[in-house]
Amino acid sequence: MKHDLKGKKQLYGLTFSEITQIVKDEGFPAFTAKQIADWLYKKEISSISEMTNLSLKIREQLSEKYEFGLTPFTKVDVSSDGTKKYLFTTSNNKFVEAAYIPETERATLCVSTQAGCKMGCLFCMTGKQGFQGNLSTNEILNQFRSIPEFQTISNLVYMGMGEPFDNLDNVLSSLEILTSEWGYAWSPKRITVSSIGIIPAMITFLEKSNCNLAISLHNPFDDERRQLMPIQNVYPIQEVIAEIKRADLGRQQRISFEYIMFDGVNDTDKHVKALVKLLSGLKCRINLIRFHSIPLTPLKGTPDERIMEFRNALTTKGVFTTIRASRGQDIQAACGLLSTKEMGKNNS
Amino acid sequence: MNTWNDLKYKEVLVVDNKNLAKDAYILTFKRTFNFVAGQVVGLGINTLIEPRLYSIASGENDDYVEILYTEKADGKLTPMLSLLKKGDKILVSSPFGSFTENNDSPILIATGTGIAPFISMLKSGKGRAATLIHGVSFPDYFYYADYLEKELGDRYIRCCSKFYSTDYFNGRVTQYIQEHQVDPNKKYYLCGVAEMVVDTRDILISKGIPYRNILAEIYF
Repeated sequence: MKHDLKGKKQLYGLTFSEITQIVKDEGFPAFTAKQIADWLYKKEISSISEMTNLSLKIREQLSEKYEFGLTPFTKVDVSSDGTKKYLFTTSNNKFVEAAYIPETERATLCVSTQAGCKMGCLFCMTGKQGFQGNLSTNEILNQFRSIPEFQTISNLVYMGMGEPFDNLDNVLSSLEILTSEWGYAWSPKRITVSSIGIIPAMITFLEKSNCNLAISLHNPFDDERRQLMPIQNVYPIQEVIAEIKRADLGRQQRISFEYIMFDGVNDTDKHVKALVKLLSGLKCRINLIRFHSIPLTPLKGTPDERIMEFRNALTTKGVFTTIRASRGQDIQAACGLLSTKEMGKNNS
Repeated sequence: MNTWNDLKYKEVLVVDNKNLAKDAYILTFKRTFNFVAGQVVGLGINTLIEPRLYSIASGENDDYVEILYTEKADGKLTPMLSLLKKGDKILVSSPFGSFTENNDSPILIATGTGIAPFISMLKSGKGRAATLIHGVSFPDYFYYADYLEKELGDRYIRCCSKFYSTDYFNGRVTQYIQEHQVDPNKKYYLCGVAEMVVDTRDILISKGIPYRNILAEIYF
C-alpha cells in the first residue's frame, strides 16, 4: 500500500478485499466497504471529506490514517493530431508517462507500469533510463483517473513504460479494480496488456484475467530476436507462443502480436514465412508498427511501401495483420522519450 | 503470485552458503542435473514465494552448483536465502535459458553478480582466450578474483567505481570501455543490470561494434 509524504496510506487503488479489511480493522459497519468502493471508483470526488454518505466520525477516523490518493500530472505535451502525453511524478520522484490517443470512435489511454524498465530491448527508449521501480496499483490507475479526459477514455492499453509482467501483482490488482462490478465495471475486452513474454507471469495472467494480451514479437527467429531483446535468452518467443496455444483462453480474450518494422532486420520474405509458421493454429492478429528512431540506435524503420507489402504477404497467408497508425510524432509519443528528457533536466 | 507454475523443480540440500562480502553470498548445492554454461535456474525456499532466476556460477562438470547472489533488504526471497545453512532445503528448477553461445576470444563484460555466467563458461573450459571486464563498487565484490587472475592474467580487467587503488581501473565499466579501443571483429557478451547493459551496448555501438556482435543477459 502506498503512503504519502505525511505517512498516510492511499485509498485509491485498493481492491475490494483490501477495503473490506480496513473497514474491519477500523470497526466500521461492514456495508461501509461498498460505500467507500463506490466513492473511489464510481464517483468523481478527490477527498475523503466528500464521501458524504459516510458518517462524519468515520470520515474523520479514515482521514487520520488515509488520504484519497489522487496525484495530478506535472506536465502535458499536446500533438497537432490531438494526442496528449502526460507526465506524472511517482512517490520516489521518478517520472512516468501516459499517452492519451483520441480517434473518431474511441479514445485510448496508454499507461505505464514501471518507472524505467529492466528488459534492455535494443529499440526502446525507456530501457535507457535503467530501472527505478515498480508502480503501485495507485500509480498505475492514477494515470487513468487524473487526466481531464478520464470520462472519454474507451480503451486502455498497458503499453507505456515498463514491463507489466515484471510488476504482475500490481497490474492484476489494477485490472481487478477496472473490471469488477464494485470497481469501474469495464469490460475486459476494452483493456490490453502488452508484454515481452515473461512466461510464468504470463501464465498467471491468462489464468486470472480475461483482458486482452499483446506480445512484443518483433522477430520470429531465435538468434535474431536475441540481438534485439535479451529476454529471448530466458523466455524464447517460440515457448511463449507454445504456452499461449496451451492456455485455456477466455472466449472474449484477444491475442495480438506487436511487430515493430526494422529496415532489413525483420521485414523480409523469410520473416513472413517464419511468422506464418510460428503463429499457425493460433487465432490472433499481428499489429505492424512503424519504428520512430531513438537516440543511439543502429536500427532504421522499414519504408511504408515495404510495410504494406509485408502486411499483404501475411494477410495472403491467412494471418490477420494490421498496421498501427502513427500518432503524436511531434511530441515524441513513443514511451520513454518525455520522461528521459525530464530525468536529464533533473540530473543536470 | 505463484510463478513456480511452469518450472519443474526439485528439493535439494544446501551444502554451503558462504558470505563473501557485505550482502554477497555463494550458495552451494550438489549437482543433480546437466546444464550448459550460461543457463539459469529458478531458486526458492518454498512454492509460496515466487522463485528468482539466477545464473549458475560453477562449471558444467563440477560436482556442486554455485549460485552467486546479493541480499536485497526489501526483497522477498534473498533475506531468507541469506539465512540458509548447510542441510537446509531449497527448491531448484531445472536449468534453462540460452545465453550459452561461446566463441574464441570473446569480450565478457559484467557488473556485480553478472559475472556468474562467465565464471561458469570459463570453469567449463569455454570462451578460449576470453577477456573479462568486471565492474564493481568496492573491491570486496571482485568475486572469484584469484581464479580469474590465474586463468586470464592480463585479460582480467577490474573496474572499481567507489574505491581508489592503483591495482585496477578506477571508474565504471562504461567509462573503461569509453576510454579504450574496441575490436569490431569480436563478440561482446554483457551481463548485469539493465542500465549497465543498455549503456555499454550504446557505447559499443557508437564505437563501431555491429549490434549483431553484442549479446546481453539481463537481470530482472
